[in-house]
Amino acid sequence: MSTVQLFRTGDTPLPNVIILTHKLTREYDMGSELVRALRGVSVQIHKNEYVAVMGPSGSGKSTLMNLIGCLDTPTSGEYWLNGQKVSDLVDDELARIRNKEIGFVFQTFNLLPRADALHNVELPLIYAGLSSRNRRERAAHALERVGLGDRMDHKPNELSGGQRQRVAIARALVNEPSILLADEPTGNLDSTTSSEIMNVFAQLHGQGQTVVMVTHEQDIAAHAARVITLRDGVVATDQARAA
Amino acid sequence: MPFFEAFRLAIQTIRAQKLKSGFSLLGVFIGVASLIGAWSIVNGVNRYMTEKFAQTLYGVNTFQLRRRPMFTPNVPDSVWRAWARRPRIRFSDAEAISAGLTVPVMTAWQSSDNVTVSYRNKEARDIELTAASERYFDIKNLGFAIGRPFTGEENRSGAPVVVLGDAVAQRLFAERAPLGKSVRIGGVPYRVIGVVTKQGSILGFPLDRFVVVPALSPAQNLVNPPGILDAFLVKAHSELEMREAISQAEGIMRGRRHLRPRQDNNFVLETSEGVQQFWAGISRILVVLLPGVVVISLVIGGIVIMNIMLMAVAERTREIGLRKSLGARRRDVLRQFLAESTAIATVGAGFGIVAGIGLTLLIDKISPLPASVAPMSIVLGVIMGAGVGVAAGVYPASRAARLDPITALRQE
Repeated sequence: MSTVQLFRTGDTPLPNVIILTHKLTREYDMGSELVRALRGVSVQIHKNEYVAVMGPSGSGKSTLMNLIGCLDTPTSGEYWLNGQKVSDLVDDELARIRNKEIGFVFQTFNLLPRADALHNVELPLIYAGLSSRNRRERAAHALERVGLGDRMDHKPNELSGGQRQRVAIARALVNEPSILLADEPTGNLDSTTSSEIMNVFAQLHGQGQTVVMVTHEQDIAAHAARVITLRDGVVATDQARAA
Repeated sequence: MPFFEAFRLAIQTIRAQKLKSGFSLLGVFIGVASLIGAWSIVNGVNRYMTEKFAQTLYGVNTFQLRRRPMFTPNVPDSVWRAWARRPRIRFSDAEAISAGLTVPVMTAWQSSDNVTVSYRNKEARDIELTAASERYFDIKNLGFAIGRPFTGEENRSGAPVVVLGDAVAQRLFAERAPLGKSVRIGGVPYRVIGVVTKQGSILGFPLDRFVVVPALSPAQNLVNPPGILDAFLVKAHSELEMREAISQAEGIMRGRRHLRPRQDNNFVLETSEGVQQFWAGISRILVVLLPGVVVISLVIGGIVIMNIMLMAVAERTREIGLRKSLGARRRDVLRQFLAESTAIATVGAGFGIVAGIGLTLLIDKISPLPASVAPMSIVLGVIMGAGVGVAAGVYPASRAARLDPITALRQE
């Protein structure tokens, strides 16, 4: 914010810039018409920022989320994540980036119903190729960080909504990603549980974690230090909040 | 994801979806069980034929000079008629060969037909009467339960003595001692001098319903015209010497029959190989038919597995999306689903092997067919089971691997 770099094509981002998008566009060919979901989004997010992305439905926030999460590739423009240009990577390389650099937290938790909390958290480490013992240690540690050290052998249906989301957060953290990417993380939770989850986020942010969160709820966005609002595929507002 | 991890995951899923997995197991199970069962029967009969049947009928290192082959399956009429026109084997042929062979051999004459043998008011019908020379018992490796074989002197003089097969002795004498008793064959009394040890049966055919009399005894007339033999048996000491004796005998016979070099033999020199070839023909048919059955059930098993895997992929689209978002590469997802279908098929094959072995033992026990488990069939069973799993899993797994994580995650 204070050190916003004027980025031109061909440049590399400054070292403290975790996320940099430059004129990012994404178009979907729906047969009869071309949907331009993003029409040139340029944002920079620094290390240890806590950013909320807002916007009405159709504003392109989900598309931006998918691009930042490396689940999708842009039609044009550049995307740099943690000093690496990921906008022109291919499928399996993106999978590696998702595994190492990004921790996803979903609205619907997306836990494996048959696996216990520990195994759910272990999942990203399996794809990282860690040994079984190593995985268990790290997964247990991540669960302790979110306050679920005593629920490791519980299956998702034995946990409350808030606990499930905390398992999902532990899973997102277990690979020590550059960014924690949350998509409507409180969308399926009541307000008490929501604030509980927001406390977890605040705590992680306090420990130095970069957090990017997509939400349409004002009071949830209020937990973030910076709010980016999208409208019609472009950035409408981008403002820091008073802490 | 390492292979072990994929396999563990597969086992977990199979255990979680027992019914579904059970159905997919079934196809492979039936395929492998029938493969092992059928193969084992063929294998058992095969061993039986080569080890016992051929040896019993012909003896080791033995060949027979005959007018036509002993086993004649599916011979066209024309061939049959040609055989019937051939000159028969004469006593003089046998004598000429005996005199002409330079390798040390044991020889015997043999003529056989079915007759009725009686003792007082008891009759044994459909008994194979063999008029043979004295070495017949040695060549056929027939041991004696009681009494003795007839001697060379008895043979040459055509003494009316007889050796009984076990079943004949049982039928005519039951508990009484048969030695020295007089049985009638074709109205002529014969003195019983010996009983051969029980030979058992081959594929349900009894081997003990026979009597043997000297080749020159009166009963010869019941079997063949004067001076005619069914077969001349020659036993050598080794395979090599037998080959040599065969070629010498062939030369002698061709000379006696005045055959020109281009003319075919109008006689046969048969070894136990002949019978084995006959059997090999049958077993080849089985070996061709067998895979048909097996392939059909494996294909069905494969289709069932493929369907179930496609269902699994559809059902678990979200899970696949999640795994991809957590860093699973295409090949990880591919491996996961391949491991699952392979594990299902392999477990099915495992049960199939157990059932196949059980089936084999059961057949061996309760039916006259000899069966023994063919180790190769187990190896092949496992390979085919796993193969079907992989083959049936490839398409569903590649569909799963190609899923777009965003769409997959959004799926309800």
